[in-house]
Amino acid sequence: MDALSRAQLELHIDFARCDGRGLCTELLPELLVRDDWGYPVGRGGRDVRVPEPLATAAQDAVDLCPLQALMLRRVTRA
Amino acid sequence: MNEVFWAFGRASGIVSLGLFTLVVVLGIVSRSGRPLPGLPRFSVALLHRSTSLLALVFLVLHVSTLMLDPHAKLSPPNVIVPFTAGWNPFWVGLGTVAFDLVIALVVTGLLRQRIGQRTFRAIHWAAYAMWPFAFAHALGSGTNAVDLWFQAYAWGCAAVVACLIIWRLSANFIETSRARLGRI
Repeated sequence: MDALSRAQLELHIDFARCDGRGLCTELLPELLVRDDWGYPVGRGGRDVRVPEPLATAAQDAVDLCPLQALMLRRVTRA
Repeated sequence: MNEVFWAFGRASGIVSLGLFTLVVVLGIVSRSGRPLPGLPRFSVALLHRSTSLLALVFLVLHVSTLMLDPHAKLSPPNVIVPFTAGWNPFWVGLGTVAFDLVIALVVTGLLRQRIGQRTFRAIHWAAYAMWPFAFAHALGSGTNAVDLWFQAYAWGCAAVVACLIIWRLSANFIETSRARLGRI
């Protein structure tokens, strides 16, 4: 396995842009819950680890976010 | 054959008005952050997108059949440049303005991820201008505009858009507005 495939997929939430419209919490109920004000809350705060089977759903959330507040990236954590 | 283009041009215009009304409705519902019965929020967003593309198809059919029609005789510049048509230039021109705005809305919608949120949003506001232009064009140059059924249909569409805009401007428009105002 190379470094890229070992790297963890991570969903970054830009809370400066997020308006809590709730599309991502619908598409990724396994990872995100909605707080009382509509904003997504995930384990890990603004960087949520995405298991491989949820990669497609996470990409959909990125594409459909009406505020373009989500980013999917691969990171290697020590 | 002449009558066919004229009839098709009219029919596709009438269908376009209804579809663009639906697009405005779905856009405003989408903006509220609320789901619809049986439709989650992301489906409302996707339906807004696909309905707008369907409306564009009917709009292109509307314009292209009237380019072929020997009575309307729209030339390619008439389609883009408002108020230059030979027949009924003012009211046809309002439709041309709406057409130009639709092109801008669709292109920036499809390139949303590339042009950035700020540019997309600024241009997307033009949707609120596009609809009244299309409506005035339908009433002013529509051959059926004198018919009661058409009046009922067009003003029905206008009533729907007006209601949605009033809702858009109301204090509890956003799904979470109560919570955000601290009234949870």
